[in-house]
Amino acid sequence: MTQAAFVQQTLREAQPAPRSEVGILATLRKNLFSTPLSGVLTLLGAALVVYIVPGMVRFLFTDAVWSAPDGAKCRVEGAGACWAFIERKLPYLTYGSYPVSQRWRVDVAIVIGAVLILWLLRTTAPRRNLAAGLFFLVYPVLGFFLLHGFPLIGLPVVDTTRWGGIFVTLLMALVGIVFSLPLGIILALGRRSKLPVIRFVCTIFIEFARGVPFITVLFMANTMLPLFVPDAYAPDRLLRPMIGTAIFGAAYMAEVVRGGLQAMPRGQFEGAMAMGLNYTQMMRLIVLPQALVLVIPAIVNSFISQFKDTTLVSIVGIFDFLNTIDAARIDPVWDGPYISTTAYTFAALFYFSFCFSMSRYSQWMERRLAAGRNR
Amino acid sequence: MAGGIVSQVSKSGSSDVSPAKPSLWYNPEIRGYVAQAVVAIVLAYLFYEAFHNARDNMLAHHMPTNFNFWNNIAGFDISQTLIYFNASTSTFGRAFFVGLLNTLLVAGLGIVFATILGFIVGIARLSSNWVVAKLALVYVELFRNVPLLLQLLFWYNAVLRPLPSPRQSLALPGGAFLNNRGLILPNPIFSANAIWLWLALALGIAVAYFYRRFARRRQAVTGEPGQVLLVSIAALVGFPVLGYFILGEPMHLTFPVLRGFNFVGGLQVYPEFISLLLGLTIYTATFIAEIVRGGITAVSKGQREAASALGFSHSQSLRLIVVPQAMRVIIPPLTNQFLNLTKNSTLAVAIAYPELAQVFMGTVLNQTGAAVQIVFVTMGVYLAISLITAMIMNVYNKRVALAER
Repeated sequence: MTQAAFVQQTLREAQPAPRSEVGILATLRKNLFSTPLSGVLTLLGAALVVYIVPGMVRFLFTDAVWSAPDGAKCRVEGAGACWAFIERKLPYLTYGSYPVSQRWRVDVAIVIGAVLILWLLRTTAPRRNLAAGLFFLVYPVLGFFLLHGFPLIGLPVVDTTRWGGIFVTLLMALVGIVFSLPLGIILALGRRSKLPVIRFVCTIFIEFARGVPFITVLFMANTMLPLFVPDAYAPDRLLRPMIGTAIFGAAYMAEVVRGGLQAMPRGQFEGAMAMGLNYTQMMRLIVLPQALVLVIPAIVNSFISQFKDTTLVSIVGIFDFLNTIDAARIDPVWDGPYISTTAYTFAALFYFSFCFSMSRYSQWMERRLAAGRNR
Repeated sequence: MAGGIVSQVSKSGSSDVSPAKPSLWYNPEIRGYVAQAVVAIVLAYLFYEAFHNARDNMLAHHMPTNFNFWNNIAGFDISQTLIYFNASTSTFGRAFFVGLLNTLLVAGLGIVFATILGFIVGIARLSSNWVVAKLALVYVELFRNVPLLLQLLFWYNAVLRPLPSPRQSLALPGGAFLNNRGLILPNPIFSANAIWLWLALALGIAVAYFYRRFARRRQAVTGEPGQVLLVSIAALVGFPVLGYFILGEPMHLTFPVLRGFNFVGGLQVYPEFISLLLGLTIYTATFIAEIVRGGITAVSKGQREAASALGFSHSQSLRLIVVPQAMRVIIPPLTNQFLNLTKNSTLAVAIAYPELAQVFMGTVLNQTGAAVQIVFVTMGVYLAISLITAMIMNVYNKRVALAER
């Protein structure tokens, strides 16, 4: 048999990809200049970066005043951010008017809180139940006596009017977190209850708190709460916005938790009931542990917005971090053209670093949970 | 097994024949009633106590317990008013409406701008262009993670207030000026027959709408696409321009001129308003961008692949295939953001833009002392806005929900 046609007997060497598809140039073209419009946008974006970034670097670093006794150096023509001002004001920005000799108490409270939170956040840490118990039950009580005072063991009382700064911001955030989660769980369970009165009360409460702006809740806590109780029991001025924060946060948390409860398959409830567990046991041992884990990312997101919302207490006259920044900014000793910008930039860095790391944690948690589900 | 149970029952006390009657305490139905009654009684007691204490306290502090203040003369001025307001003749009630209108103004404009910016950024985040996608990411992360109140204070105290005085104003293109008293824009003056101009615009909208319907129908029948965009622009611009010349130029702009220490003849946009609008727009747009991005990624890849297999261009597949499906996912959280923006406009209290919370819950409350009434009325307004929006959303959701078969 003669060969009628040429048939390739061996595999040919693979040819290199065309020049237009590999290499740096091709990547650049694909990612930056794939179409004329894309090219124009790339150039515009690059122009924007070139326009903004060098000026920002000059303002924040090279032209910035890093140390100075007063505002004179910051007022010089061409001076950038006045970090010396932040350095000098840092104790005030951190503790407010808390007595200098007692500030270690604030430090201790913050360190204990940070340790407990890290313990809770690390998924591999041992005895996280214990950490939760300490954080939600022991820490608030301990913290109260530590910060407010306990004369019997030599801790003089520090009036809440002197509390301020980053410390109060963290305190507000912590109160929001510690109280809103348990309250939110109760409200969410109440909203899904079979008992009509309880369901009605919880639904009205949640919808009401979610339908009004946080400021109105703070105003209500500030001006009306003292009216609702007998004069002798009028709550402390720092306690009022705390109550407002807890109530407001609880309503939002309730909706997050409800989402988790709704995502639970019916079989879990039915299985628990078939095992003879009563309602409390079913919720505590079977449903809530699973439902809460499911919504951890949403819970963290809720914490982020609560953390940002703590700034609103400055409107009702609490000296939180933002309010101390605003008070320090108008100090005539430091008056200068860029003091406000410096002060707000510093505040923005503070809030950004907290919120950004929380949102990273939530995204990481989300991926982890998804990995478990996508097996 | 069965024997075990029987023996357990017999152990529990009563006779072997009839099982023990469970006590009422363990009857879930009765327990339910008891729990509800307890909650209802406790709540009723708390409300009763709060009501009584509030009344006693208010009387003791000489605070008004009714709404009589509503018709009293306000006696304070408001910088920005959409309706007539005069300190010496207008009432507190009118101040309420001035504030409400200012809230609606800033919220309405904020919603429009935030939606536009949010959609652009959300689509940019999915762009195949590396620079565009990264810039959008930096914008979102930067402005989403900084509290809105801080952003408002920044725009107001660090950007707009330190601007030069009117005499050293920054001249903007188009005859506008920017200074520490705000943005001074050319003021459009309408003469008496300007109403026809609005009618011409309405006619343009109607023509555009009906042409779009006609073009859709024709395309469905013949497959011939119409020039909807071109015709719409022509109608929307053409009719008013035509009317403008036919009616003998019923509208003209008066340009602001510096006279003495201030500008006259221009439309002054206050710095408070600009900062609030800027802050609300930039902050809310980051959330809208994330919602849009989520909505678009929720549309399955096959839809886009099918579109390009059918010969749709990139923008066509986005406009006709992806976005309409993404809207179903986007709309509910988007309305939530609109409500958030409206509620966040109350932060104007910090920069003294005269919206509802600032005027009514701030100034009016301070002047009258009617704390309970005023806070509840303010809450009621926002609650009403929320509930009305929620109702409209439910109707809309029913319409766009996938028809399940």
